[in-house]
Amino acid sequence: MGYERQADFGTPEVQSGTSVTLTIDGREITVPAGTSVMRAASQSGGSIPKLCATDSLQGFGSCRLCLVEIEGRKGTPSSCTTLAEDGMVVHTQTERLAKLRRGVMELYISDHPLDCLTCSANNDCELQDMAAAVGLRDVRYGYEGENHLGTKPDLSNPYFLFAPDKCIVCSRCVRACDEVQGTLALTVDGRGFASKISAGQPSDNFLSSECVSCGACVQACPTSALMEKSVKQMGKPERSVVTTCAYCGVGCAFRAELKGEQLVRMVPWKDGKANHGHSCVKGRFAWGYANHQDRITTPMIRQSVTEPWREVSWEEALAFTAGRLNAIREKHGPRALGGITSSRCTNEETFLVQKLVRAGFGSNNIDNCARVCHSPTGYGLKTTFGTSAGTQNFDSVDQADVIMVIGANPPDAHPVFASRIKQRVRQGAKLIVVDPRRTDLVHSPHVEAAHHLALRPGTNVAVLTALAHVTVTEGLAHEDFIRERCDWDEYQDWVRFVSEERHSPEFLEPVTGVPASEIRAAARLYATGGNGAIYYGLGVTEHSQGSSAVMAIANLAMATGNIGRPGVGVNPLRGQNNVQGACDMGAFPHELPGYRHISDVSVRSAFEQDWGVTLDSEPGLRINNMIDAALDGSFLGVYIQGEDILQSDPNTKHVAEGLAAMECVIVHDLFLNETANYAHVFLPGSTFLEKNGTFTNAERRIQPVRKVMEPANGLEDWEVTQALARAMGIDWNYTHASQILDEIARLTPTFKGVSFARLEQEGSLQWPVNDAFPDGSPVMHVDGFVRGKGKFVVTDYVPTDEKTGPRYPLLLTTGRILTQYNVGAQTRRTAQTVWHPEDLLEIHPTDAENRGVCDGDWVRLASRTGETTLRARVTDRVAPGVVYTTFHHPETQANVVTTEYSDWATNCPEYKVTAVQVTPSNGPSDWQEDYAELSAQSRRIADAEPAE
Amino acid sequence: MDIERLRYMADQIARNFAALGEEQAIAATADHLVKFWDPRMREQIKADDPAALSPVVAAAVARL
Ligand code: SF4
Ligand code: SF4
Ligand code: SF4
Ligand code: FES
Repeated sequence: MGYERQADFGTPEVQSGTSVTLTIDGREITVPAGTSVMRAASQSGGSIPKLCATDSLQGFGSCRLCLVEIEGRKGTPSSCTTLAEDGMVVHTQTERLAKLRRGVMELYISDHPLDCLTCSANNDCELQDMAAAVGLRDVRYGYEGENHLGTKPDLSNPYFLFAPDKCIVCSRCVRACDEVQGTLALTVDGRGFASKISAGQPSDNFLSSECVSCGACVQACPTSALMEKSVKQMGKPERSVVTTCAYCGVGCAFRAELKGEQLVRMVPWKDGKANHGHSCVKGRFAWGYANHQDRITTPMIRQSVTEPWREVSWEEALAFTAGRLNAIREKHGPRALGGITSSRCTNEETFLVQKLVRAGFGSNNIDNCARVCHSPTGYGLKTTFGTSAGTQNFDSVDQADVIMVIGANPPDAHPVFASRIKQRVRQGAKLIVVDPRRTDLVHSPHVEAAHHLALRPGTNVAVLTALAHVTVTEGLAHEDFIRERCDWDEYQDWVRFVSEERHSPEFLEPVTGVPASEIRAAARLYATGGNGAIYYGLGVTEHSQGSSAVMAIANLAMATGNIGRPGVGVNPLRGQNNVQGACDMGAFPHELPGYRHISDVSVRSAFEQDWGVTLDSEPGLRINNMIDAALDGSFLGVYIQGEDILQSDPNTKHVAEGLAAMECVIVHDLFLNETANYAHVFLPGSTFLEKNGTFTNAERRIQPVRKVMEPANGLEDWEVTQALARAMGIDWNYTHASQILDEIARLTPTFKGVSFARLEQEGSLQWPVNDAFPDGSPVMHVDGFVRGKGKFVVTDYVPTDEKTGPRYPLLLTTGRILTQYNVGAQTRRTAQTVWHPEDLLEIHPTDAENRGVCDGDWVRLASRTGETTLRARVTDRVAPGVVYTTFHHPETQANVVTTEYSDWATNCPEYKVTAVQVTPSNGPSDWQEDYAELSAQSRRIADAEPAE
Repeated sequence: MDIERLRYMADQIARNFAALGEEQAIAATADHLVKFWDPRMREQIKADDPAALSPVVAAAVARL
């Protein structure tokens, strides 16, 4: 595709049941009621000049360039703020309008430097386009009057600049920050001609202001006043490819805009159904890791992990790997081998890794990083509703009246969806936040939660059962819905259980720390406030009762009838871009693709027939079981694609011991990650920009990932897996990722109607896509639950065994922040480090004072498992008794401290609750020092032998 | 594998089914072990001293 800006219709699309018909420049056009005259004109193929309007923002009517004449009306109204009406007759091009528009343009241009030829936005500038459109040839006013020329640019943001002299004060940026992003970091200071745009307070620049660097303002700016630095450096892009973000589970669609093979910028795609043209800082800007000097593009091997790495050819690396794997299998049997795939990789790649493990290695020892995040969602929603996925599309939130966010921090972890929540709350929806921390959703500009249930970490199930207690005992349950849709007997059992006095908010208050009156008020609001929608995150799942909490959420939604239509539902906010997909693809030790148990003979035989092998009928090892089994010598070889289990999994020391006990650890990744310290083989991976495939986001939306540039390592990741399979003697011959998707569709009923061709046509599809739902399913369980009758499950509160006591009196909970991403392998290799150079420990002022800790001090964070050191940030965001940190930096290794306690049903680690002590410290812990030494040793790469 | 850890995991499962009443908790625990535990883990707990297991786990393991 050649380079063109995406079409801009001037004002947003309107959804309306009624339509109106009007005539514009002699052409009749019908549009939804509420559409602006400007948009109607654009849709009919015309174009009205505009400067302050863009279709991501409501009409504003300030520049007066979009004037039109309407028969029977006086004056020349602005078309961006005038709504189309039935029978209206509009003229957009008349002599009078042309003159008026020229006059407006003349004023704008008179305060704008005329250095178009050397401007980075040359030929990609709306001001320039409009000057041409209105036929402006001369400017009568000189520059001698007051103007903005010569003002200094603000270069503080690492990714974009603000050049005030290029600014025409159209306020599109200010409104984008308000309407699209919801941060309100920008203001127009001063009035009239003296007005100017500023970020934060007068003393601020973009970096020091509240700006979260989402880039919405940059995208909205019609000139080069706000512009990506990459465009300034590289020049205007020449072509674009639409693809999908590889960071979080929102799944924003982007146009990757390139010049030759060089990526110039990522621009959120307006037609992306998950993001509608918005994005966060990571997807838009943090892609520089793809070309980072640390990236490894040549395969490497070593006999033992104490040796330096040796760079070798693909053939040698694959032969060495296949030799080791085959030898282990021969000596110890197939169950000594396994694989871990990544929720960062495509559906096709994860499918192929699980196929390699099942059909090639011959075991079911296949897992993925959803183990440590959303495996309880899989268990909980499958048990209660019959399918392991969220029930809604993101757009559904626009119809929610009460939004309950539990154990999730969308402004940091799912920023684009957070903007949607904020927009809806500003329209009047009520918000309930259940979280130990005061997240930004609790209180931010124009957004205030109706209730913040600041529970003690580890008491989710108690709080959820208390909410259910109130719903049932105050007669707020939706019995008609339950009788029709759920198993009535199970409901009765559940009612008896939750009605017990020991589940009342009053009884549980000392346990949860949440005032009973708040729980009662929140329960009433959710049950009676109209459409109630629940969104939850890892604060629900990463507990010893993660699965119980998911089921308790499902119970609550069913009891109040909040399932099966737009505006309601139960929605896991998925951490990684393809958590949903990796789980769908059967990258679990007990399930084949499509969540079907490995013991199911008919399902298994379908795969056996298609693959021409016999499959193991027993469940395999989960990631943590693999580590345990390695230590007793029964698990010896693992293929790890795109995961850094050493840094991301709990109890780092134990993981390190397990890896060290294995005979063949294969790391397939972009960088020598921490796990690679214990690897024998390093297979270089490709970035999402370098491959074809699909990702499935949190709303079950399957979206295309398109190859934007050639892989630096020479192979897409699925090709590496195939090459390994072939080296092991397995005859696979896929020539394109689309053939893998065809195989997935052939073997997985919920994907039956999905193919590359279909995705090309539709843009994206939400599974199930099958005979019953040929165009996919935005909302699930509409006419009935997938499992038949909805199942109420009794979820007793079983306190975690991780207890605070005199030695470890504080509770540590971990999470992530906006600007970094999980183990940080990618974001740490971008300018994101400007915002987050190190992990910090948030601690309440009282706890800090009791320990003599001041803001910025080094502290020792110790648990029963281990200890580390990091700097303290003293803040009342966390409650007394609770401390919080992120796990983005290997130097800190927060997971040295976390324990091996895990969810009872899925072994998802209990990252959110660790009993700790915090004491002042003056340097790194022994572990940190030893580890730094080991890490330096094991990253050595031998010099290539000189050619003869 | 570390038998202590297996015992702990099995007991945790049983505790979460306890609210169903003993008979159902035994059945649900046994079912869970069959569905989600790798055979070597099941074999090991089957070989374990039942006295070292909680009564519900011991009963569930006896059914494997
Ligand atoms: S910076 Fe750009 S978007 Fe903002 S007011 Fe100036 S010209 Fe308009
Ligand atoms: S980058 Fe985003 S948050 Fe920052 S000023 Fe622009 S719109 Fe606002
Ligand atoms: S919100 Fe998520 S998917 Fe969207 S740009 Fe940010 S990281 Fe990417
Ligand atoms: S575009 Fe309508 S007034 Fe500016």
